[in-house]
Amino acid sequence: MQLTLEFGGGLELLCDSIKIHKVNINLPNESDILTMKDLLSWVRTNLIKERPEMFMKGDTVRPGVLVLVNDCDWELSGQLDTTLEDKDVIVFISTLHGG
Amino acid sequence: MMLSIFVLKICRECFYEVFEEEIHQVIVQNRLFKSGERVAIGASGGKDSTVLAYVLSELNRRHNYGLDLFLLSIDEGITGYRDDSLETVKRNEVQYGLPLQIVSYKDLYGWTMDDIVKMIGLKNNCTFCGVFRRQVIAFPLHSKHSLFTQKFIIPIIFCFMPSSLIDFLKALDRGATLLKVDKLVTGHNADDIAETVLLNILRGDIARLSRCTSITTGEDGPIPRCKPFKYTYEKEIVMYAYFKKLDYFSTECIYSPNAYRGFAREFIKDLERLRPRAILDIIKSGEDFRIATTTKMPEQGTCERCGYISSQKWCKACVLLEGLNRGLPKMGIGRPRGNGNGDNKHTEAGSTAKSIESKQCGSLDF
Repeated sequence: MQLTLEFGGGLELLCDSIKIHKVNINLPNESDILTMKDLLSWVRTNLIKERPEMFMKGDTVRPGVLVLVNDCDWELSGQLDTTLEDKDVIVFISTLHGG
Repeated sequence: MMLSIFVLKICRECFYEVFEEEIHQVIVQNRLFKSGERVAIGASGGKDSTVLAYVLSELNRRHNYGLDLFLLSIDEGITGYRDDSLETVKRNEVQYGLPLQIVSYKDLYGWTMDDIVKMIGLKNNCTFCGVFRRQVIAFPLHSKHSLFTQKFIIPIIFCFMPSSLIDFLKALDRGATLLKVDKLVTGHNADDIAETVLLNILRGDIARLSRCTSITTGEDGPIPRCKPFKYTYEKEIVMYAYFKKLDYFSTECIYSPNAYRGFAREFIKDLERLRPRAILDIIKSGEDFRIATTTKMPEQGTCERCGYISSQKWCKACVLLEGLNRGLPKMGIGRPRGNGNGDNKHTEAGSTAKSIESKQCGSLDF
């Protein structure tokens, strides 16, 4: 599945300072759908090069990180249970910095 | 489709409308401005101040507030942080068509934050920065001349000089930032204010607690300050900036990981996840606090050294500066006596409760 991942609000510093990542993700073994939960786990393993605690807390994103799936707040689509489709755009923005 | 905090599904255009209209209502209902005022927008280049500058200048146009707006930035002298964010504000100056004034700690106080941290280490940095920041517009001649000199000697000398020479001398005096300002506006949002309420409760600082939820502060001082984003969630501000593609700088101050506010912030964020309304509710609780009339509150007078508002003989900025200049970095930090490392333990058994009650407001330190 081809996805575009965007990191903002300082999160890009955790992924080699690259803001936009075009990735190809394989579906998890027994399933034919990819959820945000799967994606987060993949991101933590493959993209986050340092300080993972700034991005995730437990199974989900750290409080203060906003997640948009195709420009829509993931709270509207089920958060971790949101299912992803080919060519989706997922944006992670941290709010945890000065204003 | 996007979220608003109270489970309202709205599209992007409606979000912009609702967001802007809410700010307009807060401004109008709280009578934050008067027509003709010259208003400085505290601009750091960060998300809140960028959105503030954008929205305020838009609303000023749309609703004819009649305000003379400009951007005011403070250069604390933090390499790798402030120098980068100031580049962002310079871009904002062009993007929003708002003139920019930059004022630096080095010019005003003779110290950059980097210098200060070299001297005092990595604790209590925010104390210095916060205190110095607040007096930046109010007292331009802070570090240079005594109050006597400012109030008597300088005016007398100036009486005998041609005005052109006076203007020239004033421009030379690096401390005399001639900003004519009626009001200062900052981008403090609901999350920030909720954190401050929590911080003040944890420190037992009821004097600050009674002031920190006011949407306008410092009306009895040199320059009133107001916070139009008082009820606006940080999340809304970030969403607005993201969709409108506003240019902002997003890195944490390099000295902030050691700040006590970090704990309050973590807690507020966790709370927001469980019950988003908690943030507004904490602010409401802060507003509703009533202090017993028998409690002794600090009285507001003026600093003997510089004349700024102060509840002590010397204002905090003067105390801190004196400490720095004399090489005594702990001056003005922590408890006035004891073993000097901010420790709250007492050696005599049973004296703890009595000591806490009789402690001066706002002096519990960790």
